[in-house]
Amino acid sequence: MQKVQSATQEAQQAKSILQTQSLTKRFGKLTAVDNLSISIDSGEMFGLVGPNGAGKTTVIKMLTTLLPPTAGNASIAGFDIVHHAQQVRKIIGYVPQFLSADGALTGYENLLIFAKLYDIPRSERKSRINQALEFMGLSNVSGKLVRDYSGGMIRRLEIAQSMLHRPRVLFLDEPTIGLDPVARKTVWKHMQQLRSEYGTTILLTTHYMDEADELCDRVAIMHLGKVAAIGTPAELKASVGEGVTLDDVFAYYSGYEIEAGGGYREASRTRRIMRRVG
Amino acid sequence: MQVSRFNDYVGAVTNFVGKTLTIAELEARKLHHDYTDLLTRAVQPALWLLIYGEVMSSIKAIPTGNLSYMDFVAPGILAQSVLFIAIFYGIAIIWERDLGIVHKMLASPTPRSALVLGKALSASERGLSQAAIVYLLALAVGIHLNGNPMALVLVIIVVILGGALFSTFSLIVACLVKTRERFMGIGQILTMPLFFASSAIYPIAMMPSWLQAASRVNPLTYEVDALRTLMIVGGPSAYGLTYDFAALLLATAIMVAIAAKLYPRVVR
Repeated sequence: MQKVQSATQEAQQAKSILQTQSLTKRFGKLTAVDNLSISIDSGEMFGLVGPNGAGKTTVIKMLTTLLPPTAGNASIAGFDIVHHAQQVRKIIGYVPQFLSADGALTGYENLLIFAKLYDIPRSERKSRINQALEFMGLSNVSGKLVRDYSGGMIRRLEIAQSMLHRPRVLFLDEPTIGLDPVARKTVWKHMQQLRSEYGTTILLTTHYMDEADELCDRVAIMHLGKVAAIGTPAELKASVGEGVTLDDVFAYYSGYEIEAGGGYREASRTRRIMRRVG
Repeated sequence: MQVSRFNDYVGAVTNFVGKTLTIAELEARKLHHDYTDLLTRAVQPALWLLIYGEVMSSIKAIPTGNLSYMDFVAPGILAQSVLFIAIFYGIAIIWERDLGIVHKMLASPTPRSALVLGKALSASERGLSQAAIVYLLALAVGIHLNGNPMALVLVIIVVILGGALFSTFSLIVACLVKTRERFMGIGQILTMPLFFASSAIYPIAMMPSWLQAASRVNPLTYEVDALRTLMIVGGPSAYGLTYDFAALLLATAIMVAIAAKLYPRVVR
């Protein structure tokens, strides 16, 4: 019995590309992330969902080496996020919540700068950039200034930017926030293609339950910095009752208090993003 | 063993220089697409030189030795307009932080010091456009400009250093205050003392002794001194070019080192 278990564990480790152990972040008295321990498999599309202020973005910031944890640790492809931050940065891609492509540059230039920052050899730069543009369906607008792009196009450009160096793990923070339904579906399609063609592991945060349901292999519902429930969308639904949607699961595990999350800062930031996407 | 360590060192330096230039290239490409900002920035030095300069020149209140007041003040106005651009550069960092651009840069394997120095050189690029404008204005009003090519190259270097120095200072302030509103207030507070405690518009000898002491630790003093020596025919030098350059380089290096430590904090 003992032996069987350790063999299973080993198989798990080989498959797992990202682990966190009791990962914790406190800001003064507030515990934004509280003892988070999750493991994500290679090639998995994993969703962190939860109301505003649940700690999703803080988790992403720690895993992308932007924010040092207060306690606990995490590793990506065997590299510790604190002690081997530089190696971690080389193998991850990151699309922040905000629309962060540079509006004063063309789409091509946005990619060119990142190709250089990620040490893509000069001889390969052009072909990689063009490939990424084509992959994201942006070839015909690559010479236009990004400030003239639609929100969905900017999002796709950012995903193109983050995949140039073929990251092993891609972090997408609220990838479809503020997008109209058609643009959302297009972004979804490209995320799924990215996974199937390059085997990229994707960790995304969202507070759209339909998005988590549609895209994710597994979902962790976060509430007040803790994982309230984790599993496949089907498992989560089954755990709450028959005929429920993921929205019901969400409400169930976040204690029917969705309205309580966020506050003025969150709301004004979301509004600002929405305005930019127009 | 020795050789491989040497190679590591060369590799790190090459990487640092390459990444710094990539960040600076980003700004150059932006300016290439839209240079209206550069044109509006030309208004301020024009006002200072054509109105302030001419008025002060006609009342002959400021003793400037062998130089006419216009010759004396032109390098000061160049230093000042570079300072004004650079000192508010931190606001661009806060803006880019709000957009998430800084997050993406920091999550990439780019050395922090290269991100900071690249941004500093971006401010210098804008400063160089000011140099072009001040030279054109100076030519138009008959200021005795030194056309020596070597001197011109050194002027460019001084402007680059001045822009880098004060924009990095501004970046440090931005990393500490973190919001645009607070930054605007502090930017205003910083600019005028730096400007007045330098020899930009009057000789240091005219200052009260406490202000003279302040001017000695103000890097702008050395920037103005170097520019006055290099730009103007017969331009005097209070401290000598070597001393001026050493002071500017040292101050820039210190600022970049501090800013590289603080920069990651801006997204936390």
